[in-house]
Amino acid sequence: MAQVYFEDVKEGQEIPAVTQNCDSQRLVLWAAGSGDYYQIHYDKDFAQATGLPDRIVHGALKHALLGRLLHEWAGEQGRVRRVACQYRGMDAVNRDVICKGVVKGKRQEDSANLVDLEIWTEDPEGNKTTPGTGVVALPSRG
Amino acid sequence: MTQQASVITDEMRAAIGRESEAVAYEIDNTGCRQFARSAGYTDPVFYDEGYARSKGHRGIPAPPGFLGHPIFNPARPARIPEAFRLDVPFKRILNGGTDVEYFDDVCSGDTLAATTKLTDLTEREGRMGKMLIVQTETTYRNQAGQTVAIMRGTAIRY
Repeated sequence: MAQVYFEDVKEGQEIPAVTQNCDSQRLVLWAAGSGDYYQIHYDKDFAQATGLPDRIVHGALKHALLGRLLHEWAGEQGRVRRVACQYRGMDAVNRDVICKGVVKGKRQEDSANLVDLEIWTEDPEGNKTTPGTGVVALPSRG
Repeated sequence: MTQQASVITDEMRAAIGRESEAVAYEIDNTGCRQFARSAGYTDPVFYDEGYARSKGHRGIPAPPGFLGHPIFNPARPARIPEAFRLDVPFKRILNGGTDVEYFDDVCSGDTLAATTKLTDLTEREGRMGKMLIVQTETTYRNQAGQTVAIMRGTAIRY
């Protein structure tokens, strides 16, 4: 993947989106990967008994996908410093979660080149279900 | 029977700000790989230790959001911090939000000591009735004693 440098980043710039389909196998993979075995994410009967229409995507999986969005943009010399998000809307199983981000600002702190971003996930209809913010440290062209 | 107006007891209020005992979280290659796979990563840095080292990492780095797994041993049940086991009349729980801030690299081979405290409790009337919003903060320190990450979480009990 091409390396992005601090100098080349502009406020208002969109970063490449990441789309992840969240089928039931993905949610089971995530349950194992994260250690969150709450049944509302993979047991339809259980989810419906709690009043949900169907199984829902783990909030923390959407957080991790936003982390992946930042990691894939930051490149191998970049580092993800912060990933924060709120789970405002639920995402049902078997749909795409689309992760997007926009650069909100740049700053230098303790010799690190930091980029602040607004990040979020969208459902296939374009509803922002998980708004958040991210911070990435990028290399300098020097 | 009269219903108590608030589900927040004096004991719960008194617990705000009180740090739990440390819980150990292990980060190993398999854990990093499985977390990376489940989040759809294709970057070999999360799968191939030699590749990760060639890119300047101490080992396979922990993917963003992965702060290890608590050590599971049925003979010694984990002591869950009180912030996560409040005595409230709600059965259901939803995750309201997650904020992970890093202060240093986290890699396979690290063992993190995590201490958790309640930072806030608020009650609200929601679509599904009364709900309690629980804010927690967990600080992760590595084997060298450095604070490597802070996770702030919001849980919705209803």
